[in-house]
Amino acid sequence: MTKEAVQLSLPGFEQAHGRWRADYGRQIETDRVIRNRSRIEIKPLYTPRDWSGDAFLADLGFPGQYPFTRGIYPTMHRGRTWTQRQLIGLGTPADYNKRVRLILDAGATAISLLPCNSGFRGVDCDEVDPVLLGTCGTVVNTTEHMDQALAGVPLDKISTAMNDPSPFTLLAFTLAVAKKRGIPWTSITGTSNQSDYLSHFIANHMFYRLSLPGSRRVLLDHIEFCRNRVPGWNPVSVVGQHMQQAGATPVETMAFTISTALQYAQDCIDRGMDIDFVLRRFTFFFDISISFFEEVAKFRAGRRIWARLARERLGAKDSASWRFKFHGQTSGVDLTEQQPLNNIARVAVQAMAGIMSGLQSLHTDAYDEAITTPTEETARIAVATQNILREEAHLCDVIDPLGGSYYVETLTDQMEREMVALIGKIDEAGGMYKAAEAGLVQSMIGESALAFQEKVENGEEKVVGVNCYQSDNAEHRGRPTERPNLERMKEHVARFKAYKEQRSQADVRRALDALARAANSARENVYERIVEAAEAGVTHGEIVHCLRRELGFGHPLIIV
Amino acid sequence: MNAGTLSPPARVLITKVGLDGHDRGSRIVAAYLRDAGMEVVYTPPWQSIAAVVKLAMEEDIDVIGVSSLATDHLIVPDLMDALRAAGLGHVGVVVGGIIPEDERPALIHAGVSAIFGPGSSRDEIIGHVAALAAKVREIKDAELREIAQ
Repeated sequence: MTKEAVQLSLPGFEQAHGRWRADYGRQIETDRVIRNRSRIEIKPLYTPRDWSGDAFLADLGFPGQYPFTRGIYPTMHRGRTWTQRQLIGLGTPADYNKRVRLILDAGATAISLLPCNSGFRGVDCDEVDPVLLGTCGTVVNTTEHMDQALAGVPLDKISTAMNDPSPFTLLAFTLAVAKKRGIPWTSITGTSNQSDYLSHFIANHMFYRLSLPGSRRVLLDHIEFCRNRVPGWNPVSVVGQHMQQAGATPVETMAFTISTALQYAQDCIDRGMDIDFVLRRFTFFFDISISFFEEVAKFRAGRRIWARLARERLGAKDSASWRFKFHGQTSGVDLTEQQPLNNIARVAVQAMAGIMSGLQSLHTDAYDEAITTPTEETARIAVATQNILREEAHLCDVIDPLGGSYYVETLTDQMEREMVALIGKIDEAGGMYKAAEAGLVQSMIGESALAFQEKVENGEEKVVGVNCYQSDNAEHRGRPTERPNLERMKEHVARFKAYKEQRSQADVRRALDALARAANSARENVYERIVEAAEAGVTHGEIVHCLRRELGFGHPLIIV
Repeated sequence: MNAGTLSPPARVLITKVGLDGHDRGSRIVAAYLRDAGMEVVYTPPWQSIAAVVKLAMEEDIDVIGVSSLATDHLIVPDLMDALRAAGLGHVGVVVGGIIPEDERPALIHAGVSAIFGPGSSRDEIIGHVAALAAKVREIKDAELREIAQ
């Protein structure tokens, strides 16, 4: 329907609107064109002529009802607020354990585990320069390390988000620890936060370990294993965050993420899995930028698109399968090294956008995120920001508080149209797997990244302290950077080497042989063998090296 | 190179050493330098120091740009040592990304020419790399003349 065709039955609307237009035009003679990050032109005012609410039931409806635009649960944050989930990962397993116990003592029921960059690269701690160990995550290479990291942590009572890319060794270590402690796997809950290998191939290259076909195979085995043996675990988290961090616009991010989810769902269907059995445990993970209204529209549109596609295209029958559950992380890209305390304000605005979009779980960045891994003090402020927004700002009183805003509804519709068009483009390319393999998505993201940087360079996108309101930065600096204790880290590596000497070499060899055999047999579940290898004392690096040999090394496709 | 002819474009290697894989910045800087007319060799992340030295030698690189978003800058002094040991002490090195203030002096002391933190402008980066490359070229040309004599 064109705008002109909308006939409003509001007496006096046209005259009043015309009067405002004239007044506005007199005061701003040459209005500049404003576009949001998704390049959608933003008007100075939205009225019932843009969004009349005619399609209320079809497009919005009620919270907890299809198409879930207003939220996936009937009560949303009024019933239960979002899960407060901060990323944690530092130093040795003992260092991590100290930090996690602090958080649990403070009442947290959800934790996270971020491994060291060496782990992301698929190697063990004795394969790299110790100065690089534990600076950005915890060094966990074995079941024994995991046991130390989770000492005193009630595995059956907390939910754990693991930054655990394919082949999911951290979950394998955790399951091995649970078995040792006599905790049934059916009581283990949490999420494989980095299971989205396509996003790694496309955007977050450091998590990419196995070849594309190898990653595809292991993910499906992982999903099947978890759904059957660890039913409380979310084996799939489709990650939009990486693509937006790499430069994709919010519209591109949502479209590509949904296309990725469609790919995984279709792969599960092709494998013969029941779609409802699988989709119930799909989760999503997004970046929340500071482009406030655009982010709200992004999430509302995404929820609606996913519900429709899950039902209509994938044929899911259970309403739980249509629900777009997502975790949000405030965007580190928007944070600045200059005047770093300003980042507290930025994080608050980003978090508000996520909360008002109805997210299920939230990580707020510490203000020193753009400089280093958070200290206890900066991590405390990040958590306090969530507490203030939840307890003081009354953000949870009303469900979908921006719903019905002429602007937000119009923008939600516009962004939805563009996302749907982009999803169509990926469909035409043969789905996300093929589109990524061909570099199509990478090129689009690269162009958007460059276009955005260009806007920062020419001042079209303002960044306080960077391209406007600059000040001498010296006053904010000088705090010494905290690094893991190198001596303790070297001891950790020495103990790891000793452990490898002392374990049963026969068990290790048997487990690795079984893993290699499974990798070459379509009838076997590779992930089951990975878990068995973890129980047999095989290390993270050994598992990854074995699978890289059998299934191919992962080289991301990088396009400049 | 004979005096009076146009000097060929600067040859720049944009790379990441160590473990981190965040490459949005390195890709943007590579595109900037390329668009400014330089010849840019770009590598995926996770290069070993030996691989960077080898590439710098084989590709006759004037300036190496190392991007570090995690803590990989901590091994840049090792890269400087390796360059010198390979007889490439004249090659310019700049570092970009997130380098905490208190860890910058060690890099400069090791011979890094400049550090471009977040918010550095395109023109600033291009200007510095171009000037540094020109200086490196002079040293290389002087060496060549010496060999020729």
